[in-house]
Amino acid sequence: MVADPVLLQAVAELFPNGISRYAVGGLLVGLGTVLIYVGTGIPAGASTFLESTLSYVSDQSRFQRYVGSRDWRVVFTAGIVLGGLAFAATFQSGLVTSPLYEPGTTGQLYEVAGVTLWTTEIQPWRLFLGGILVGVGTRVGKGCTSGHGVCGVGSASKTSLVGVATFLTVAIGTAQVVAALGVSP
Amino acid sequence: MSADRHPLFKPLVFVGGITFGFGLGFSHMARPEVVVNFLLFDDLGLPFVMFGAAIVSGIAFALLPRVRDAAPLTGDPYERRLKPFDRNVLVGGAVFGVGWGLSGICPGAAYASLGVGNVTILWALGGMFVGAYAQGYWRSRTGARDAAAAGAD
Repeated sequence: MVADPVLLQAVAELFPNGISRYAVGGLLVGLGTVLIYVGTGIPAGASTFLESTLSYVSDQSRFQRYVGSRDWRVVFTAGIVLGGLAFAATFQSGLVTSPLYEPGTTGQLYEVAGVTLWTTEIQPWRLFLGGILVGVGTRVGKGCTSGHGVCGVGSASKTSLVGVATFLTVAIGTAQVVAALGVSP
Repeated sequence: MSADRHPLFKPLVFVGGITFGFGLGFSHMARPEVVVNFLLFDDLGLPFVMFGAAIVSGIAFALLPRVRDAAPLTGDPYERRLKPFDRNVLVGGAVFGVGWGLSGICPGAAYASLGVGNVTILWALGGMFVGAYAQGYWRSRTGARDAAAAGAD
């Protein structure tokens, strides 16, 4: 059977950067989660780090409940930062290439000590205000894109599926409104 | 709980975090623009990241309880730890959605974004701590009022 070229082109327009970098990256994110789960039985999410780390500096009861996990959550987060740097030093710097990796054209590249780094063009006020809402929402809503989206969905948790459907729908609406108001980047 | 943990506990969490962060970098989820482009339907790649990761973790979550009773480094049972559903999941999810749609950034991706060199992301990380502190402060207050009757979740 020969694929319809018009249909193929329509699909290609939905995925201007292909799908392999997304799929491979997702498998690695899942693998990181699995490594921790196999060894410890913990389905690790990324957002509890915010509250658990605040327990070092605040004695509010809400944060103190995370004292037992705060040390390893700092280690997990330091690993995530370092993993991002490892990506920057290899694929982002062009030191390693793969047909599975499509570099992309967003944001600004700059170099420090031979490593190609990347920075966003999204305006700081969007990042700060969005960050505050993410900080409130992820903690009130019991999880984020990794806790609900990866671990929760992976556990077929109804709570997480509802959580993901909620934030995905609202985020799409928000981004569309923000773009319609002419905010860019 | 934390003092007598296996010596390999933190090294394993560290390696898991590196793999996790590398994946976020590789998938360009550490770039807020790419997330916003998904939300505007300009590039539909993002679900391949979230569901690709969920399928991999889902296989492990389903298989391990059949293979072993407990995790080697903690002795914790491999069990489904499901979060209870209540109104907070919807309210928090909606607030998170507004923030995610406005900024294109979520916690894990923000940490990885710092790693790929995005110093501007410190605005988002600062905002997240402000937001997490504000809700914790508020809930500690309301929690202290309700604690006598309900207890902690």
